[in-house]
Amino acid sequence: MTVPAYTGEDYDVIVVGAGHAGSEAALAAARMGQKTMLITLNLEMVAFMPCNPSVGGPAKGIVVREVDALGGQMGKNIDATYIQMRMLNTGKGPAVRALRAQADKNAYHRVMKDTLENTPNLTLRQGMATDLIVEDGQCRGIVTNTGARYRAKAVVLTAGTSSRGKIIIGELMYSSGPNNSIPSIKLSESLEHLGFKLRRFKTGTPPRVNGHTIDYDQTQEEPGDKTPNAFSFTTKDEDYLKDQMSCWMTYTNEETHKIIRANLKRAPMFSGVIKGVGPRYCPSIEDKVVRFADKPRHQIFLEPEGRDTSEYYVGDFSTSMPEEIQQKMLHSVAGLQHAQMMRPGYAIEYDVIEPWQLTHTLETKRVKNLFTAGQMNGTSGYEEAAGQGIMAGINAALRAQGKPGFTLGRDEAYIGVMIDDLVTKGTNEPYRLLTSRAEYRLILRHDNADLRLTAKGRALGLIDDARFAAFEEKKRAIAAELARLQSIRIKPSQAVDDFLASKGGAPLKDGILASDFLKRPEVSYADLAQFMPDHPAVDRRVVEQVTIQIKYAGYIAKEQQKIERLHRLEAKRIPARIDYNAINGIATEARQKLTKIQPETIAQAERISGVNPADIAILSVYIEQGKIAKVG
Amino acid sequence: MPNSITAYDTIAAISTPPGEGGISIVRLSGDQALPVAQRVFKGRNLAKVASHTINYGHIIDPSDGSVVDEVMVSVMRAPKTYTREDVIEINCHGGIVDTNRILQLLLSHGARMAEPGEFTKRAFLNGRIDLTQAESVMDLIRAKTDKAMQVAVDQLDGNLSHLIKTMRQEIFSVLGQEEVNIDYPEYEMDEVTGQMMLEKATAVRDHVAQLLATANQGKILREGLATAIIGRPNVGKSSLLNYLLHEDKAIVTDVAGTTRDTLEEYVNVRGVPLKLVDTAGIHHTTDKVEKIGVARSQKALGQADLVLLVLDASAPLQSDDRELLKATQAKKRIILLNKTDLPAAITPENLAALVPDETLIIPVSVLQASGLDELEAAIAHLFFGEGIENSQSSVLVTNARQYGLLAQAKTALDDVVTALKNDVPLDLVQIDMTTAWEKLGEVIGQNAPDELITQLFSQFCLGK
Repeated sequence: MTVPAYTGEDYDVIVVGAGHAGSEAALAAARMGQKTMLITLNLEMVAFMPCNPSVGGPAKGIVVREVDALGGQMGKNIDATYIQMRMLNTGKGPAVRALRAQADKNAYHRVMKDTLENTPNLTLRQGMATDLIVEDGQCRGIVTNTGARYRAKAVVLTAGTSSRGKIIIGELMYSSGPNNSIPSIKLSESLEHLGFKLRRFKTGTPPRVNGHTIDYDQTQEEPGDKTPNAFSFTTKDEDYLKDQMSCWMTYTNEETHKIIRANLKRAPMFSGVIKGVGPRYCPSIEDKVVRFADKPRHQIFLEPEGRDTSEYYVGDFSTSMPEEIQQKMLHSVAGLQHAQMMRPGYAIEYDVIEPWQLTHTLETKRVKNLFTAGQMNGTSGYEEAAGQGIMAGINAALRAQGKPGFTLGRDEAYIGVMIDDLVTKGTNEPYRLLTSRAEYRLILRHDNADLRLTAKGRALGLIDDARFAAFEEKKRAIAAELARLQSIRIKPSQAVDDFLASKGGAPLKDGILASDFLKRPEVSYADLAQFMPDHPAVDRRVVEQVTIQIKYAGYIAKEQQKIERLHRLEAKRIPARIDYNAINGIATEARQKLTKIQPETIAQAERISGVNPADIAILSVYIEQGKIAKVG
Repeated sequence: MPNSITAYDTIAAISTPPGEGGISIVRLSGDQALPVAQRVFKGRNLAKVASHTINYGHIIDPSDGSVVDEVMVSVMRAPKTYTREDVIEINCHGGIVDTNRILQLLLSHGARMAEPGEFTKRAFLNGRIDLTQAESVMDLIRAKTDKAMQVAVDQLDGNLSHLIKTMRQEIFSVLGQEEVNIDYPEYEMDEVTGQMMLEKATAVRDHVAQLLATANQGKILREGLATAIIGRPNVGKSSLLNYLLHEDKAIVTDVAGTTRDTLEEYVNVRGVPLKLVDTAGIHHTTDKVEKIGVARSQKALGQADLVLLVLDASAPLQSDDRELLKATQAKKRIILLNKTDLPAAITPENLAALVPDETLIIPVSVLQASGLDELEAAIAHLFFGEGIENSQSSVLVTNARQYGLLAQAKTALDDVVTALKNDVPLDLVQIDMTTAWEKLGEVIGQNAPDELITQLFSQFCLGK
């Protein structure tokens, strides 16, 4: 029976799905003054973490800080709800240090839901979008399964893994969103009717066990850090959590691998049941055992899911083996011999929209005013979702106001790297950010995310006065300290030479600027004080910036040079709706790729695989010819 | 294949066809043209000279200060130039080896090898060429690029390609491991140490340096060693030429894309291809009416990488002989004392007193075919015997594109080594290590944007 339609309220922006992308999108739009509705299948699952209970890590942690610098919520939300905080890669250089937190997943959901509920201009509502209202190639709103027709100036879809989701556990397969939630079927069909190309991806999650049944003595403790750190610029050191929970590490062994090998024919990944493409970097344990047969053991991390639950996430043990086999596998592992499995691991297959159908603002090329973000764009991970979510939300809000779009370059943010990768290259597997994807890794550090992006967030109206003032003060303090070190000379003396000798450095010949002294590999900022009179107390975040900017100036300059060249190519814009068939001399493969991707600049065109330098040369000549023709 | 961001780099190329005329021109275009040229130029300060002037000086190798060639440098500042950018043209004496050496120096001091048709493309993009010519510009780029690609592929020696793959694998063994260490810090995997990276970087750098040292050999193998036979009339130049031509009919195939100059003959002496310069001039000398003599020899000299100076041993040295001895002093030369079948007026000992110590003097009788083995051996030794490891001699860098990329890889590896000695964190050192890996990849046309990531996942067990 058809549900009678009725007319719902009008909005500026509608966001479909309240996961990590949708929450950021809705908050950004509402904070930019747009009347916003966030509609989601189940309000109990707002900002839900269906997989690992953690936020951050290499590259991803930097995205969290970028979202924060743009005025987003993820950093604040995890700072309010973490149970463990660790700085990773502390032994390495500044470009790859990364913060990671273990989340209390229930608290994370509650605090985000609370934030959404208390944000002006924002309506949070439970419901299922089944269709899009599209008129003249423009999206004008959504239709829900309860018959409501909501009109809006812009719509953001963040459907996650719900789209025609299918859970697979051994021979069992059923239609479902993540964690047995209801799947969304109609929305996928609607997108297909509109002509979008969808494809199937696969991901998976490991089993959860009851923490009371783990024998921790057989595992290795992984505690949090004592030194305070936080994701958000606004979180204070004094609020750092002292009473942190530990994670625990153990290993698979030959017995585990034997069980897996003996049951491979029941593994959906190998029996042919799963057709979706899984990520290479997030293989199931059965995948690892098959592909890396010579490894005698694999690490497993037991991660608490929160303070008010006994569930532990069995990290690096993702599997879609039959439940019976999963139990056996778990029980073969040291510390888990008596573990009670509370939820089995599963694989999930779902629809994604091929992301080359989007522009850099995450608007679809096919339907104007329609934006997509998060896992439905082919990514994996909460942080990747949040990064796209805030960009889609910002752009939907700008569109609703008739303003030009907002994008970030590959040299400005990991978010920019990710979106450019997605829209330029598409992706053949769930896309995860890695530091190796960034060409300008030293520029895109987590410690300078605020310096890179706060002003942009401010211009968009997402950074309030108090925070902006604090940010300006930090900038001023960095400039002042740099200037001070560049003006004071350290003169040769017995004390200086003794100090240098103790560090294995060469003695000073002449007096040198404090900044040059700090450039020496053996000298740290803290060492300066003893040789400089009236050394003031400087905030540690300022010290960090000053040290990095001085010590790594050479490398930073190298990357800046590359960035300047990138900018020159990005300045060469390719006119919209260019007819590549009309250009003589472009090779067939390049012609097809260029027609499909429709790059916006020569720089982007260069990054498309299959487009070679001759094609680029001809394309630029063609564009230039057009310009000359117009002038002449 | 360059996949990097290339517009507006300062570019360089040899703009005269090889082997034509006595002068070769190496052209630079771009906003760094003047400073790049200045780095290898000893003479006036190019930054201060007026535009559209020609300036005398020398090209030097800054690494050891040695003089490469005596040149005239044209300075043409934007916008009144072919490309509407700053343009430098270095007019040099035209030997392949010297011209190529100058190009290589420019490539290792800030210029990039021009792509096919790139000067014309810039001329167009900068509005220098009018609209009606646009189509032909595109055709030109397409044709030249396709041809160059084909040539590049054809020329990519199997051994070179294999060697580069091996070097890349060496780099990747630490590069990939370090990337994994960075992106998966919680995993218990072997940590790359500075020492490991230093060892790999040093080893690969030394290898690249050896390859670069083969560059001149490779170029010669491909294009021939420009060789001038000079001497005053009737000393036996023509007989020597005929001997070389008849002795070995294995004529080296000509260079791709160049037409054979009628004035040139190619011969193969023990594996060394000689491109004999101005043989017409030599043939002329058999005419009794010939008066050209020294003047003509002077011209041939300018183009030569190797000079065979023929003297008549049966007659005392004449003023022309002395003049030629002087004129060839700076060249790689072999002095042939011909006509040893006749009573000697000059002995090798007499002559040796007049020339620098290391000068090669070989007594021959072309008529009786004596001493010619020694000559051939000397030529082969000059070419193969100089500082090139035998084990490497089968691997040759044969063109400037390869050379330029290898030189960039070497610079990056030098930076890696220096940084590691200064305890710079590995992830920063990684920046230059990655550059070296990419540049080596470009040499063999292997540089897909996601290659590193693909490699990572195929070689390491990573997961959540």
